[in-house]
Amino acid sequence: MNARRLDIIWLVLVAGTLLTWWMGESGSAGPAAVLGILAIAAVKGILIIRDFMALRGVKFFWPAMVIGWLLLVLTIIMAAYWKGL
Amino acid sequence: MTLISAAIAAPASAPAGARHPPGDLAIWVFILAELLAFGVFFTTYVVTRMKNVPLFDEMQLTLDRNAGALNTVLLITGSWCVARSVAAIQIDEKVKSARWLLWGIFAGAGFLVVKVFEYSAKFAAGVNLATNTFYMFYLSLTFFHFMHVILGMVILLAVWWKARQGGYSAADHHGLETGASYWHMVDLVWIVLFPLVYVMR
Repeated sequence: MNARRLDIIWLVLVAGTLLTWWMGESGSAGPAAVLGILAIAAVKGILIIRDFMALRGVKFFWPAMVIGWLLLVLTIIMAAYWKGL
Repeated sequence: MTLISAAIAAPASAPAGARHPPGDLAIWVFILAELLAFGVFFTTYVVTRMKNVPLFDEMQLTLDRNAGALNTVLLITGSWCVARSVAAIQIDEKVKSARWLLWGIFAGAGFLVVKVFEYSAKFAAGVNLATNTFYMFYLSLTFFHFMHVILGMVILLAVWWKARQGGYSAADHHGLETGASYWHMVDLVWIVLFPLVYVMR
């Protein structure tokens, strides 16, 4: 794994975290804000799975299971949020 | 000649999409089981929240969001350090690899310290599992994750101990990848937990 690539991904992950934190600080609420927050989590999670966990190029089953878990959990969160409005 | 070199190169250069996940296959089965457990926990949290939205929204404001964000950065950084450790051993940089592992362990320790401060502030304010449904979830869910950070650090310490004695090389670093994979799972789970518990409302 290329070290530069890992460094850039670390920067993106930190930026995504700061953005999420800032949305909390600015009092962002409501479906659009939650969708945005969960979308950031999806991007961060996929970067971690593909590049840090190094599942990029691994047999389909493994990245499919882990990315599938992430997207399923985030979808359940969004659906329950929506239903609780 | 070509045949021999092809035979030698074969295991290392398996085509994309045909490789095994990094590290021991058993750790990956364990990782999937852990993800399932956290998935059930997260689902229970949001379904309970759905029925108690005003309570969850009110109680979320009493959490230390700065501490949560700082801990996210610490886990991401720890994960990055361990990924750099694997990248270093792949080009046989043994000393660098061990040093990156140690930084990853420090980041994990930082996470634990921040969390202990967060817990003690809550306990000092009289919060416990019986305070309300939100705090029952907050304490049990974050403590369940806390235990996984500790387990991840124990694994990393064992791997670091072997790494600093030159126990891994570019040709053989299976154990390092096994520990790294588990550590990234702990990070991945927190990536969902932080927005879920601290931010979304």
